[in-house]
Amino acid sequence: MPKSYADLLKEARSQIKEVSPPEADLIRERGATTFVDVREASEWEQGHLPGAVHISKSYIEQQIEGALPDRDAPVVTYCAGGVRSLFAAQTLQEMGYTNVSSMSGGFQQWKSQGLPWTVPTILSSEQKQRYSRHLLIPEVGTEGQTTLLGSKALLIGAGGLGSPAALYLAAAGVGTIGVVDFDVVDLSNLQRQVIHATDRVGEKKTESARRTINALNPDVNVVLHEEMLTDENVGRLIDGYDVILDGTDTFETRYTLNDAAVAVGIPVVHASVFRFEGQLTVFDPPSGPCYRCLYPTPPPPELAPGCSVAGVLGVVPGIMGLLQTNEAIKILLRIGDSLAGRLLLFDALDASFTELRLRRDPACPVCSEQAVAARVAGHPLPVPSSTYEGEFVLGARA
Amino acid sequence: MSTVRIPPVLRSAAGGVKSVEIGGATVGEVLEGLTAAHPALRTQLFSDEGALNRFVNVYVNDQDVRYLQEGSTPVEERDTIIILPAMAGG
Repeated sequence: MPKSYADLLKEARSQIKEVSPPEADLIRERGATTFVDVREASEWEQGHLPGAVHISKSYIEQQIEGALPDRDAPVVTYCAGGVRSLFAAQTLQEMGYTNVSSMSGGFQQWKSQGLPWTVPTILSSEQKQRYSRHLLIPEVGTEGQTTLLGSKALLIGAGGLGSPAALYLAAAGVGTIGVVDFDVVDLSNLQRQVIHATDRVGEKKTESARRTINALNPDVNVVLHEEMLTDENVGRLIDGYDVILDGTDTFETRYTLNDAAVAVGIPVVHASVFRFEGQLTVFDPPSGPCYRCLYPTPPPPELAPGCSVAGVLGVVPGIMGLLQTNEAIKILLRIGDSLAGRLLLFDALDASFTELRLRRDPACPVCSEQAVAARVAGHPLPVPSSTYEGEFVLGARA
Repeated sequence: MSTVRIPPVLRSAAGGVKSVEIGGATVGEVLEGLTAAHPALRTQLFSDEGALNRFVNVYVNDQDVRYLQEGSTPVEERDTIIILPAMAGG
């Protein structure tokens, strides 16, 4: 016998438990329950319950298993007025979901009762197309892409490591990319510093980086810091960034950056290269150590020549710079396991990776509890010189 | 015998090789054997007092010996000892 709309509604009401907006809010605050917004995308974009998942009623059968694999997990469906969510809940029940309720009165009543709601950031149609391969990944999606667009990454150095990092951060849509570099493009840079170009030899590296970044992705706001990072300006330079990619080539700068970044709690993705080899880790104490825990004092210059002295295979900073970018994007999206506490060694000739465990130095003058307390009290602990002072081995080397 | 991996910056002081097999029951003995075979490495790795230079890290397999028993850390056959100086190139 054919059923009318009224029949179907009555049937759904008899099968599905309904919760009022205030009851739903209590459930929401307890956590553990997934709220599924079954309205159309255009309605969702006007605002939704905080933390809700959006699956239009027309896609509910296709998409719910991906969003909610556990059929015994509690679910509350809602729509604008409480009818579509009732039918959607009925579908979920038919699909074997055991703990489904529908919110009566829907989002309209929720809003009119003054309960909290948020407006999602909307990607433009061009952005949806540009980032479509990100949007397809559940771990990124619109929310993750929006996070990236609102994120700020700082590159220390637009050189061998900074070049690939800048390109891929820009392509990924990291909204603000700061570039610290005081150098100009030299012909000898172009064997690996792929963000620059032959016709820009002699140009400022910061300006050259901006041109390439914006040609790739005009969404990105490029902030140029045309200066050398020093103890005096480091605090100002790193202020407000969410993550820092260290691609400098001196120990002094690396220590200066470390000390300042630890003090304000900005994670630093660290990489360094030498000929065919590279080192990579994330310094983000208290999760893992800082640079001074790993290398308390710098080596003598002859033990640590830079690329301009020792040379480097061009692809090595390319690979290490991209691994840095991978870590940076994971940090920004809060996904995966970062390399904090692990040092990754790359050997291009063997095509091998080796992972070493890193530990926090309980006596570290920068990131230990004692050091943090001293800094808070306004009397930071003294740190060893960040340039090599020969007394450690001078006699032995003579 | 343990395998000692020589970092690129120290290879010229170790006959140009990437790794060497050295016998020894502890990290200290292995490094002693290494510097006996390649005396040029001694000043790079150790201070006058014979302590490991602080800018060089030594790992047995993936663990930093400073958090094990330093030079007395026992090494087994087939263990890999990695010498890791800081590098700054970018």
